[in-house]
Amino acid sequence: MEIFGVPSALLGSQLLVGLINGSFYAILSLGLAIIFGLLNIINFTHGAQYMMGAFVAWIALNKLGINYWVALLFAPIVIGALGVVIERTMLRKLYKLDHLYGLLLTFGLALIFEGIFRDQYGISGQSYPVPELLQGGVNLGFMFLPIYRGWVVVAALTVCFATWFIIEKTKLGAYLRAGTENPQIVQALGINVPLLITFTYGFGVALAAFAGVLAAPIYQVSPLMGSNLIIVVFAVVVIGGMGSIMGSILTGIGLGLIEGLTRVFYPEASAVVVFVIMVIVLLVRPAGLFGKA
Amino acid sequence: MNNKDSMFARAMPLLFGVLFLIGLVAPFAVYPTFLMKILCFGLFACAFNLLLGFAGLLSFGHAAFLGSAGYVCGMLVRDVGVTPEVGIIGGTLAAGALGWVVGVLAIRRTGIYFAMITLALSQMVYFVVLQWKATGGEDGLQGVPRGHLFGVIDLSNNIAMYYLVFAVFCIGFFIIYRAIHSPFGQILKAIRENEPRAVSLGYDVARFKLLAFVLSAALAGMAGATKTLVFQLASLTDVHWHMSGEVVLMTLLGGLGTVLGPLVGAATIVSLQTELADSVGSWVTVIMGVIFVICVLLFRRGIVGELQALIQRAGIR
Repeated sequence: MEIFGVPSALLGSQLLVGLINGSFYAILSLGLAIIFGLLNIINFTHGAQYMMGAFVAWIALNKLGINYWVALLFAPIVIGALGVVIERTMLRKLYKLDHLYGLLLTFGLALIFEGIFRDQYGISGQSYPVPELLQGGVNLGFMFLPIYRGWVVVAALTVCFATWFIIEKTKLGAYLRAGTENPQIVQALGINVPLLITFTYGFGVALAAFAGVLAAPIYQVSPLMGSNLIIVVFAVVVIGGMGSIMGSILTGIGLGLIEGLTRVFYPEASAVVVFVIMVIVLLVRPAGLFGKA
Repeated sequence: MNNKDSMFARAMPLLFGVLFLIGLVAPFAVYPTFLMKILCFGLFACAFNLLLGFAGLLSFGHAAFLGSAGYVCGMLVRDVGVTPEVGIIGGTLAAGALGWVVGVLAIRRTGIYFAMITLALSQMVYFVVLQWKATGGEDGLQGVPRGHLFGVIDLSNNIAMYYLVFAVFCIGFFIIYRAIHSPFGQILKAIRENEPRAVSLGYDVARFKLLAFVLSAALAGMAGATKTLVFQLASLTDVHWHMSGEVVLMTLLGGLGTVLGPLVGAATIVSLQTELADSVGSWVTVIMGVIFVICVLLFRRGIVGELQALIQRAGIR
């Protein structure tokens, strides 16, 4: 079976890879958007925190015998807690300053984390086995679907939509949205805004770590896995604009799919296609697809 | 305040004169290659500072200009066979042109988005350099000859090469100094302090930002092209985002928005990297990160900024 002269199995598998990448873009840009909304900081450490999530899962499996399913919860908690410490001890001191200092601080932290893991584990990746329950695959007729990859998409999207639900439909989310809009008034209404900020940063970071655990069996667990990804996610954020949670999710997935298609039809451009789209969006709609001008 | 400013203004030419003399005799006291590295990165950081320190624009993609100019210069000198000064000019112009393209796109957004756009575009440049055959991919551009300056002076002599680098640095530094202390520089500062106000005063803010961006990119390119001649190599590290971060660190450590800060910062970081490379190996990145964090949390004025504050306080007493 062929579509536009391309075997459907190839097209399907590249679209699946695109969908997986897109899910990661979605989770990571979602975390960035939530953090930016309340803290006004672009969290450059996000990529490193994604990488550390994967490493925590790997270390937990090999040193502590903690399996994948527990790690899926354990790693985000550990990295989220580390995030809380970072927010309490460092980021907090920068809120009154220019936003750029937050970017610079988190950039420095990213260098530190990346450097430590590179010293410990080198730049070659460690492999993380696919959990037993999700091994193998199913033949869908037009393509072969490895079960784990299907699971990654489902899990990532579930988490994305759960986050959207919490923020848009619950009371906690209402506090968060109000705090994004006007922290002083929310504080005056008796809500503990500094605590809310700490919690938000911890949560955004935990999302990154969760994505890291999901990614561990697909990609090599390596110290550099986060830094290359995060720059693409920055472009995704510029394209989508950080104003809308659903916008972040849709932009992330859409760009992942476009990247997958590019890999089929014009592989040389697949590394830069997201950046090219960013250029086009900047020219046509500078505020981003879902951004407010 | 005015009195103090004029005190600084009077002391400045003297300070520059002394530094110039030091620069002239330095290669006889210190290893010239090391000095050349400092001067190249110093110019790179000064060019970056023009943008962040005076126009308030944080570019996180300046490696693209340093690196692409290095590659252009390298290809011109090695593959086309032009003389070194033409290579440097070619690299500078190429970086300026690239700066215009990046600038046009990036100034459509401000603040944090500006930083992310420049970073993303420079990553695009990185991928192009990585995949394009002419740039040598992973290996970079190796074996770039230093050649003869104006076809006469043999630059394989380290001392001769040093004086070329020193001259390039002085030219670049002079251009930046003039730009800062001109009406153009004042407008940049006005934009940095209060952009809506500058707009309401009738300034075409976008045009001034773009001009500053192109100038900064071109001078960063001048540093990169010269660096390629010094090391006879243009490599992927020059276009990598780590390099973009490094120049931010140099500028921040030396003193954001000060005239000499970036040079001091570059000298400090380059010395540190040279010292540490043998003893701690891969921990260099960690140490750079720690310096970054310390600078942001406790030392935002930087070395030169702190010194100026100290002198000012002494002047009051």
